[in-house]
Amino acid sequence: MSRISKAERQLQLQREDAGEHLYANRVRVYPKSVHGPVRRFKWAVLIVCLGIYYLLPWLRWNRGVNQPDQAVLLSISHERFYFFNLEFWPQDIYYLTGLLIMAAVALFLVTSLIGRVWCGYTCPQTVWTDLFMWIERLVEGDRNERMKRDASPLTLDTAWRKVLKHAVWLGIAFWTGGAWIMYYVDAPTVTVEFWTGAASTEVYFFTFLFTATTYLLAGWAREQVCTYMCPWPRFQSAMLDEQSITVTYQGWRGEPRVRGKRHDEVPAGDCIDCGACVTACPTGIDIRDGIQLECINCGLCIDACNHVMERTGRPDYLITWDTLADQAAKAEGRQTTLSLLRPRTLIYAGALVIAVALMTGALAMRTSIGLSVLHDRAPLFVRLPDGGIRNGYTVKVINKTQSLALFDLHTEGLGGASLAESDEGLGPAAKLGLVVKADSVGTFRITVAGAPGRLGDGSQAIDFVLRNTANGEQTVYRSLFMGPPEGTR
Amino acid sequence: MPTKIEKDIVSGRDTTGHEWDGIKELNTPLPKWWLYVLYATMVWAAVYVVLYPSVPGITGYFHGILGYSQRNAVDDAVRAVATQRAGTMDRIKVLSFAEIRREPELMAAANTAGRIAFANNCQPCHAAGGGGQPGYPALAAGAWIWGGTLGDIQQTIVYGIRSGDPKARESQMPRFGADGVLKPDEIQAVADYVMTLYGRPMGVDVAPGRRLFAENCAVCHGDAGQGDREKGAPRLASRVHLYGDDRATVVAQITAPRMGVMPAWHARLDEATVKSLTLYVHALGGGE
Repeated sequence: MSRISKAERQLQLQREDAGEHLYANRVRVYPKSVHGPVRRFKWAVLIVCLGIYYLLPWLRWNRGVNQPDQAVLLSISHERFYFFNLEFWPQDIYYLTGLLIMAAVALFLVTSLIGRVWCGYTCPQTVWTDLFMWIERLVEGDRNERMKRDASPLTLDTAWRKVLKHAVWLGIAFWTGGAWIMYYVDAPTVTVEFWTGAASTEVYFFTFLFTATTYLLAGWAREQVCTYMCPWPRFQSAMLDEQSITVTYQGWRGEPRVRGKRHDEVPAGDCIDCGACVTACPTGIDIRDGIQLECINCGLCIDACNHVMERTGRPDYLITWDTLADQAAKAEGRQTTLSLLRPRTLIYAGALVIAVALMTGALAMRTSIGLSVLHDRAPLFVRLPDGGIRNGYTVKVINKTQSLALFDLHTEGLGGASLAESDEGLGPAAKLGLVVKADSVGTFRITVAGAPGRLGDGSQAIDFVLRNTANGEQTVYRSLFMGPPEGTR
Repeated sequence: MPTKIEKDIVSGRDTTGHEWDGIKELNTPLPKWWLYVLYATMVWAAVYVVLYPSVPGITGYFHGILGYSQRNAVDDAVRAVATQRAGTMDRIKVLSFAEIRREPELMAAANTAGRIAFANNCQPCHAAGGGGQPGYPALAAGAWIWGGTLGDIQQTIVYGIRSGDPKARESQMPRFGADGVLKPDEIQAVADYVMTLYGRPMGVDVAPGRRLFAENCAVCHGDAGQGDREKGAPRLASRVHLYGDDRATVVAQITAPRMGVMPAWHARLDEATVKSLTLYVHALGGGE
């Protein structure tokens, strides 16, 4: 182990005194505005994403009387999720699980194909940060002007601009927080309630909570979220391989980078080391260092560099979308082909297809009827004076239709079974008629009387058959009819 | 304090100065704001310690300047629930059973209140769900000794059976053996006959038993052992028996009958709870 010199040690102690050794000061990023096809595409994605987010709650959808008319509504109070023509119950939570699985696999697939485009274009953190940076640029000026303002003493001009910027940020953040709430309660109603002070405490709390998080994350935290808080950049390298298309600096073309005029005696690449790619980067990195954790793959450096290449008369796309394999081949003067079909992408695509097929199938075969039968835990059975056996069940009948319905309930598998419901005084009969209100669950305590069963312990399987008399839909629930063991009857 | 901070040749970065078996750790500094968040949590903790119950002592503890107590919070919550329920329970108290059953919400409340009251007061003897056990009637079976209508059940809960309350249900079976009314062999004969009433013949001649039964037992239990609810005489021609249906139990019951006691509950349970309990027991499966 080599000992360090006295001078070096001195320097380290100084740095530690300044608290800069184990904790790093944040390097402020002043991204410079760029123009070009990537930037235009990014604006388009931003407008679509924000447009959907802010306006979707206002879209109306007719579902009939006494039903919410909001197209997308995650109603906590009524325990329903409305999505256009679909209505989900809390029991349908596995559709959400399926959706999340699909989203995760789709993210893996897209990342292994074209890198972290989710991060660069559609992640809410990116979208709102982009919007907030645009505001910042409008109010305080572009990179150089902002740096100058921050470096010089506070003037009245800088002060009012800062105040205006934060005011606009807070305004957008508030709109964002408010729009979030509108996905959970009726948008027009909650808007009126909000401003008349009639909304619930939860509405005010979550509106201000999401106002605060939007303002802090998009205005202040920005790239710190991606670099330090988000887990995705930490394991995204597991999805990438040398065939993934990512934002890439073509080192074989650019190096050796030389500033200024080209001379024949000095070998020089296309890169003039102007730093345009660095100043344009919203996370403040140098793309020429290769793929790195902080890179969100937004490609703004491509636009910035193209501008420079144009002016220096070099071919554009020195920074481009390419694979590591293709770059290695090009550096050696070889040609390669793009290989989209790789085991990795095929497995992800296969998993995605299976998940989509399963969930679509499950969604298409959804019925409006549901039955759940819970056998009494105690007593397991009751012996009747005439020697028969009676079992008690809690029967839940789900009516997902929009009208009150009469359901027929009978059992199969137990000869001479006699059903009864005590609260409404139904039965005893072989078949019971149960009335369940529209869009709700009816709970009934049903007793079934019959002779002891055929199984060794006196039990036997019993099927509860439920049929909606209105639309004929039918469902079966297999339960158990219990009795005393052989020999003790 | 790490002292051997070096520059790593490969990455060009400093090490932290920590070394384990020759493995050195690169210094990847955390952002400053992260450190400030840590300080903020410390400030939060300090404020919390002052505001809320925190520091334990020998005989007590520091209550915090807000005076918060979980015990009081529970009491408040219990009071709030009682206030919230008051309206419903008052209505259950004044309305008739028929009126309660007409209102599904009231019925649901009564069922819930009844279920809890049953678990707290009745379950130790009558078993969960009214399944019963030897000596304690199975309420879910419908083998009622005193009747199974809502009124009958309510009467039994309020005043009990042989409870000492002036209005309690009373019945007394003679001690045929212990008081010498029947001789031991006569008791055996009656037992043989009684067992035929519920389909467990012992394969002996029951003619003497039948005669003795008609003379001594039928006045209360009925000619065919059908029982008499007015007198509280159990139905014998049944597969459900309070104390058991084997021969030894039957003989013992004729010789020196066990006569169980059910307490009167009017002193312990309020009227609304008794009515809820009545509805719950009635709905267990045996209600008439």
